[in-house]
Amino acid sequence: MPTPDYRLSQLETLEAESIHVIREVVAELERPVLLFSGGKDSIVMLELARKAFAPARIPFPVMHVDTGLNFPDVLEFRDKRVAELGVQLIVASVPDAIAAGTVKEEPNGSRNRIQTPVLLDAVEEHGFTALFGGARRDEDKARAKERLFSFRDEFGQWDPKNQRPEIWDLYNGRIHLGESIRVFPLSNWTELDIWQYILQEDVAIPPLYLAQEREVVERQGMLYAVNEFIRPRDGEEIRRETVRYRTVGDANLTAAVLSEAVTVEEVIAEIAVTRMTERGATRGDDKVSDAAMEDRKKEGYF
Amino acid sequence: MTPVDQPDTAAQPGVHPPIDVHSPVAEHAVEIATARKDIIRIATAGSVDDGKSTLIGRLLYDSKAIFEDQYEAVERASKGDYVDLALLTDGLRAEREQGITIDVAYRYFSTPRRTFILADTPGHVQYTRNMVTGASTADLAIVLVDARKGMLEQSRRHAFLASLLRVPHLVVAVNKMDLVDWSEEIFESIRDEFSAFASKLNVPDLTVVPISALHGDNVVRHSTNTSWYEGTTLLHHLEHVHVASDRNLVDPRFPVQYVIRPQSDAHHDYRGYAGTVASGVLRPGDEVQVLPSGLTTTIAGIDGPRGPVDEAFPPMSVTVRLTDDVDVSRGDLICRPANAPTATQDIDALVCWMADEPLRPRQRIAIKHTTRTVRAVVKDLTYRLDVNTLHRDPEAGELGLNDIGRVRLRATQPLFVDDYLRNRATGRFILIDEATNATVGAGMLTPAS
Repeated sequence: MPTPDYRLSQLETLEAESIHVIREVVAELERPVLLFSGGKDSIVMLELARKAFAPARIPFPVMHVDTGLNFPDVLEFRDKRVAELGVQLIVASVPDAIAAGTVKEEPNGSRNRIQTPVLLDAVEEHGFTALFGGARRDEDKARAKERLFSFRDEFGQWDPKNQRPEIWDLYNGRIHLGESIRVFPLSNWTELDIWQYILQEDVAIPPLYLAQEREVVERQGMLYAVNEFIRPRDGEEIRRETVRYRTVGDANLTAAVLSEAVTVEEVIAEIAVTRMTERGATRGDDKVSDAAMEDRKKEGYF
Repeated sequence: MTPVDQPDTAAQPGVHPPIDVHSPVAEHAVEIATARKDIIRIATAGSVDDGKSTLIGRLLYDSKAIFEDQYEAVERASKGDYVDLALLTDGLRAEREQGITIDVAYRYFSTPRRTFILADTPGHVQYTRNMVTGASTADLAIVLVDARKGMLEQSRRHAFLASLLRVPHLVVAVNKMDLVDWSEEIFESIRDEFSAFASKLNVPDLTVVPISALHGDNVVRHSTNTSWYEGTTLLHHLEHVHVASDRNLVDPRFPVQYVIRPQSDAHHDYRGYAGTVASGVLRPGDEVQVLPSGLTTTIAGIDGPRGPVDEAFPPMSVTVRLTDDVDVSRGDLICRPANAPTATQDIDALVCWMADEPLRPRQRIAIKHTTRTVRAVVKDLTYRLDVNTLHRDPEAGELGLNDIGRVRLRATQPLFVDDYLRNRATGRFILIDEATNATVGAGMLTPAS
């Protein structure tokens, strides 16, 4: 399609940047892997990877750090998508690591922190040197500070006060043995960009991103759908509400939002007017402190 | 606590009601969100004292890019009488503790016309490399000046770095005009002083705006206090400044990033050269030359993310197919036979040094230029530049952290370069220390004068 004034739209510009980054990693680093959870951001990232190498197959495997606390819809979607693309799926299992005694369950039931050592063990076992993550800078203040190519030491640690300068589009992926680069091709995308891209490119998503009636309980001002991980506690009442998930994390911690959005267009309308951030609206685990994400990243979290 | 403005709706405790996705408000929001827009990348430089973070907070707040829960977190963390909007962008623990910006923070907002990627960069000299990181990709740089203090050493340095990186548009926001009684005289003297300085730097486009970031005058809304000012508001300027023509669309340059060979039955003979168009326009049927081999062939087709395209221009990421089976690999460059870059092993460039260990003659180093990485040796440091006075010191034996100087390098293999002033994409490189793997410098190939 000719573009008379040689201008790209915002989505085309972001897409071009992401594809450039994904190709650069494959050209410069020996064993990349893409972290794929079945959430909307990693779905879009995987779609960009497909486009980056078409008509060839994606030249790296995908990995899911499985906390054992997944929404069944999302696992089903993950397996289907991976099969369609013909890529290898590696599952790094937190329950297996708990059973083997390499990590211990935390008293609050969150596996957010203990998935980090499981991730790092899998990286070491497979010798991965680059990990694509779907994080966006608009999600969190610490993420807003991170480079597209984020250098990690042999322990996977991020050193926010000593990041490599990242100038123009000349990325430096050089590492020593044991070190790695976390790569965030979606750094400059916003939540709204992701949804517009899903609409424009007709990208398939798990159904729980769209509103439907579910049984929920209310906890600390948030609605949690009743499932195998969320059971009503004493004094909590089950009620039926029309809700959707704005983010997809662990099923025991991710809250749903009251919503009328049953199509992607309506999701875009909802996000365009909402006055709450997606993590603030849906994540019990991010409310701990102002620097929760920075602290987790320093420990090797994506 | 007195916020700059009250939020539109106070956050309600408990579960938020569903959003009416078919209301006129929602329909309007969708219209804005889905309109075809371009992206402008903006870098701001300065420190908390200049009101830089307040200005960014103001832009984000007035364009409704700050969410309620973010605002409340900042409100809780603010210690003084005002909601400290700097806390929105100073995201690292050390930054909040010290009240300074250490590294670039990226923020995003949009208006019906444009999407803005805003790189909020530190002003202190010791974090210059982080400022360069933020400014390197910018279409426009905003330098903040405190109206009470006028042009300081820091403002000169910021303007100089922006001009060195050839950021095409420079805006000087003369802030805290409320504290000088909206004096036209003070504004004009700062504007004249800056214009004189900018003319020495070859700044192609300079705009000066009198503002009060704290009160919002001339940021998003026209001020009633500056009847003498005939220009536009800052946001209006950011929305309308013409950036599409800043790219080089004349000289076709396509650095090959990766070779795509599916080796599948369906695409048995497919061989495509993936990359990002650095400059110029490429079309199927164009006669092209491949460097370094010098072989000429024709573009058989160009594949974009959605299939074949009729033309490719920067910054598109595409895959180019050639009619002849010539030897092409990563680091090669596709251009036109009659319009090729200079192939050279001798690099004469302005270098911004970013490592604690100084750059010295005879040092060995790696150069990454487009998709090509080669080894090089530092032949000579022609001079070191004093950023504040623009004085050149030919006697300097080394470049220290955050120093800028003219350096001659001899590369082990030829690079395919253009003058940075003509072609930003092929006139730039980074320097990598091969022992530590750190990025230690940024270079721009500009002619010596």
